[in-house]
Amino acid sequence: MNGNPAAPLLRLEQVVAGYAAPVVGPVSCSIQAGDVLGLWGTNGSGKSTLLNAIADAARICSGRIERAPNLTLFYQEQRPVRLPAMPLTGRDLLQCAGVPSHRQPPESLSQHLNRRIDRLSGGQYQLLCVWAALAGSADLVLLDEPTNNLDPEHERLLAALLTQPRAHRDDGRAVLLVSHERAFLDSVCSRVLELIR
Amino acid sequence: MNWEIYADPLFRLPFLAGLLIAGVLPVLGALLMLREEWLAALGLAHLATAGALLGLAAGIPAMLGASLGALGGGAVKSLGGARGNAAYGFMILIGWSALLLAAANTSAGDALGQAVMDGQLYFAGWTELAAAVLLTGLAVTALPRLMPQLLRARFFPRHDTANRLPAWRWHLGFDLLAAFGVAIGTATLGLLGAFALILVPAWAAFRIAPGWAWTLWLAGLIGVAAYLAAFVLALGLDQPFGPTLAAVCLALGGVSGALSRPAQGRGGGT
Repeated sequence: MNGNPAAPLLRLEQVVAGYAAPVVGPVSCSIQAGDVLGLWGTNGSGKSTLLNAIADAARICSGRIERAPNLTLFYQEQRPVRLPAMPLTGRDLLQCAGVPSHRQPPESLSQHLNRRIDRLSGGQYQLLCVWAALAGSADLVLLDEPTNNLDPEHERLLAALLTQPRAHRDDGRAVLLVSHERAFLDSVCSRVLELIR
Repeated sequence: MNWEIYADPLFRLPFLAGLLIAGVLPVLGALLMLREEWLAALGLAHLATAGALLGLAAGIPAMLGASLGALGGGAVKSLGGARGNAAYGFMILIGWSALLLAAANTSAGDALGQAVMDGQLYFAGWTELAAAVLLTGLAVTALPRLMPQLLRARFFPRHDTANRLPAWRWHLGFDLLAAFGVAIGTATLGLLGAFALILVPAWAAFRIAPGWAWTLWLAGLIGVAAYLAAFVLALGLDQPFGPTLAAVCLALGGVSGALSRPAQGRGGGT
């Protein structure tokens, strides 16, 4: 990754993004190491499209996105992949995500590590996927509507994962978090960017 | 049953070739099932059979023709991004049509076509054994490298694109390995015998395994157990090998299905 800690991990300059037609923008912002940046907007405002554009999965119609050299991303989509049968344990899933084996999840998640992931509830599975994203080695974690499927208890756990003291996580990591829940973003993000359609 | 027949040296090469294939195909089947591509195996098996017959008509050995047919299908599928039931249905129809037309219009085609449908393992010789050893070597070498990439691509599908990684390499690598395995399996064990080894052990392992490593081991063990039982039964009772293998696979799959409980009421199948 970029050797200069002051340089942004990601810079968006007047980005207009979409698919066949523009969906969102123009948007300008930058993300530094350690940031937890929230993207808020109403349904259809293009929050997920902007994440897709950052992840090379949507078209950039105008403007530009600059990444720090060798930047690594982890993109947790709005709906985690859920197959009819998934004979993997939680531990297998974390291994897939590249989470180092010495990183132990919080107690509430560690009880699921030896269970098959197709026997977890939607909320348990969602939280495990988010933790896999946060505990991996990616410099920038993109989370799309991570509060989906979560009951209030699991939402509190998610907030705790996102706001844990920096001493317990990789200092160089930044998070870009999309949600339609403004109160949740205000509680966990260092900055919130509003997308207006 | 005639027990002395099992000691006949004539059956040693076919037995060894089939044993290796029976250990590898279920592992490939588990990955195909995770990718929800198990029907692709039936398409590749038909293309392999058609390739074997068309190859014979052109003076090419059946094993080479089968491999070219399946590898061609696997490469087109991977590079063309052809996924889903419609693509696999077309592969089956193309292979079936070419198979029966080649069988009807070549001198040796009719007999070979019937042999491939029956799954006459006992015709396997040094060529099939060498191909099975090559397949096993490729699987043992390539799968530990491909598996982490394939699992990550399955559960975190945006990861490779987001990180600008050349995902096509490992998808193509696995597609070609699967196509090669199906080709060798089809040419040695018959069309539906090979398909049964890909589908049923993986299906059973998906229901009962507690984790991914167990899934791979169980699929392989069920495949080998089914093969050994089918070998004994088909030879001892003078039955065609392919249907016997499929029947034993189904019996073992039925037992595992009865013993297991569906995953949280979600059916457990794919």
